[in-house]
Amino acid sequence: MQQPNRLRPFFENISFDRKDNEMVINFGPQHPSAHGQLRLILHLQQEQITKAHPDIGYLHRGMEKMAENMIYNEFLPTTDRMDYIASSSNNYGFALAVEKLIDVAVPRRAKVIRMMLLEINRLMSHLFWLATTALDIGAMTVFLYAFREREYLMDIIEDYCGARLTHSSVRIGGVPLDIPDNFIPDLKAFLDKFPQDLKDYEDLLDTNRIWKMRMENVGVISTEMAESWGCSGVMLRASGVEWDIRKEEPYELYEEVDFDVPVSDKGDNYARYKLYMAEMRESSKILYQTMDMYQKCVENNETELMAHAPQYISAPKIDIMTQNYSLMQHFVLVTQGMRPPVGEVYIPTESPKGELGFYINSQGGPYPYRLKMRAPSFWHTGILTDLLPGSMIPDVVSIIGTTNIVFGEVDR
Amino acid sequence: MRKYVPKDDVQKKSYYTDRFWVAPQVAKSPVDSDEVFAADLAAIAAQCDVVDSYIQVDQMVVIINPDDNFKAAQILKEECAYNQLSECSAIDWLAKKGQFEVFYQFLSMSKRKRVRIKCFIDKDQAVESLNPLYRSADWAEREMYDMLGVKVNNHPYFKRILMPDDWVGHPLLKTYPLQGDEAASWYEVDRIYGKEARDVIGPENRDSALVDRYDTERFGRLGHEVARGSEYNKDQAETPLGYQEDGGVFAISKFQEDDAVVITDRKR
Repeated sequence: MQQPNRLRPFFENISFDRKDNEMVINFGPQHPSAHGQLRLILHLQQEQITKAHPDIGYLHRGMEKMAENMIYNEFLPTTDRMDYIASSSNNYGFALAVEKLIDVAVPRRAKVIRMMLLEINRLMSHLFWLATTALDIGAMTVFLYAFREREYLMDIIEDYCGARLTHSSVRIGGVPLDIPDNFIPDLKAFLDKFPQDLKDYEDLLDTNRIWKMRMENVGVISTEMAESWGCSGVMLRASGVEWDIRKEEPYELYEEVDFDVPVSDKGDNYARYKLYMAEMRESSKILYQTMDMYQKCVENNETELMAHAPQYISAPKIDIMTQNYSLMQHFVLVTQGMRPPVGEVYIPTESPKGELGFYINSQGGPYPYRLKMRAPSFWHTGILTDLLPGSMIPDVVSIIGTTNIVFGEVDR
Repeated sequence: MRKYVPKDDVQKKSYYTDRFWVAPQVAKSPVDSDEVFAADLAAIAAQCDVVDSYIQVDQMVVIINPDDNFKAAQILKEECAYNQLSECSAIDWLAKKGQFEVFYQFLSMSKRKRVRIKCFIDKDQAVESLNPLYRSADWAEREMYDMLGVKVNNHPYFKRILMPDDWVGHPLLKTYPLQGDEAASWYEVDRIYGKEARDVIGPENRDSALVDRYDTERFGRLGHEVARGSEYNKDQAETPLGYQEDGGVFAISKFQEDDAVVITDRKR
């Protein structure tokens, strides 16, 4: 045990205890493969882990507290900073919860654009996952390839909303902008090329001896464990539960598109890797369909992008600039904020990481009385407590990798 | 007279509310309107006291007595096939009723239904941990304690999760200011420099929007530029704010209206 004093301060990262061969080490919070600020306190018997305590909170910014002090529209950009790998999906989860609270109908064209953004974000997130996990395991090439493809998608998103990482591309009640002219051609060009890219990654990894040794039968999560720990998304589907909120509790236009939900019953790292790859194919399938849906909207001359609900949502810019009453309403909505009805909602969405839920308790004021964000990564970090004991220390890296945790949403 | 500021709720309030404003309600429907929920409610009501129940935004809300929370969760898991506890947290109603509202959000994948169980507890009352039923309760309850100070009985590893272990106060309480309290402003000073350095270092500035116009070390004022760290001098002349290129700067051409082109569509 260290005896810290002024001259010998407490060095957290190098401290370790030795008690009958049990070694306690700190993994993180500054470990490159901890995917953020994760500190794992690991008890080791030689190379084997006997106990694991994930320690989180290093990125805690108190978003729920901030939400209680912000009007609803003001809070939307803050949600970008949750899962910053796929920020549109957070924006969307929040916007959808507020829309359910105020009960507005979003125009079809906006829904189609939102679905495009969501699926592009899913691709970006999965590519990022593949890149970083492969890098952790030592596959530098895959990292570079996957980042290259992600870069194309970021360019497409940048064309839409001007931002690459923190998009804020969804508004409560719709989307702020129509997609630019070259959006569809660019996306199409990317998607046409993408299957070949996926094949490249799989050629590099699927039968790669090192990759398989690090992934197969490592970090096995049983069905009961996944359900009990509140796992969602790929973490749940890799353990044999067919549950995708897009399919089971459809939102937006996911009922209309045709896609499959890949499931595996292996529960190990390799199963999760295969599911991420399969999900990317499904996302491209959805994207192709949304492009057709968008084309139909254009043909049917559906131009509305924001819901019409004057007491909650500002009128279109053209009305604000030409009509006095719209301007007045806009002024009140910007300065005082919308006042949703008294009540509470819990709205789950399938974010790239899993079930992203927003619980909002409104007391009829312009500030939410309580806002709880149910971030999937929080539970996927918690499961490490039960998942890591028994595995070897080099497996920690690949297990953390496949849980796909992002600390923006673990700590919020 | 000084403005009265309520101490029990320091969250931001709307500065203006119409005298005649009546907040609308999110519609609630009776549980009988949904067969599945009605059966689940009957199962809970058979063994627990149900204070209130309704369906709001497609999810059933059941309010029970706090002593029954474990029992109700057990019924939901074992009899009604609610296999996941997806969320659990609390709401601070101390200012209004002196109570916390604890809510548990359950999901049944086989029925595709979501149920919210709620109970109201007094300030120092503890709830039973759901950890033996759902492992997700482990972290959720720790977060609930960390953020709101709600105590949980029989929890396997009951300590703070997001905030440091020696943090004072629970940030999501309505009495806790957004920018942190007195203890928060000394926390890092004490940890890094030691308590005895408080006089030297001073409290941490936790207001990220604070601007000190007389602090020339960290802030500059447009039109009153001085050397960094120099003494602020009130008599100092304003710095001229002309355009640099007024005299004509190399490679910068000035806007000529005649040469301007109006673009009709978006340029890429």
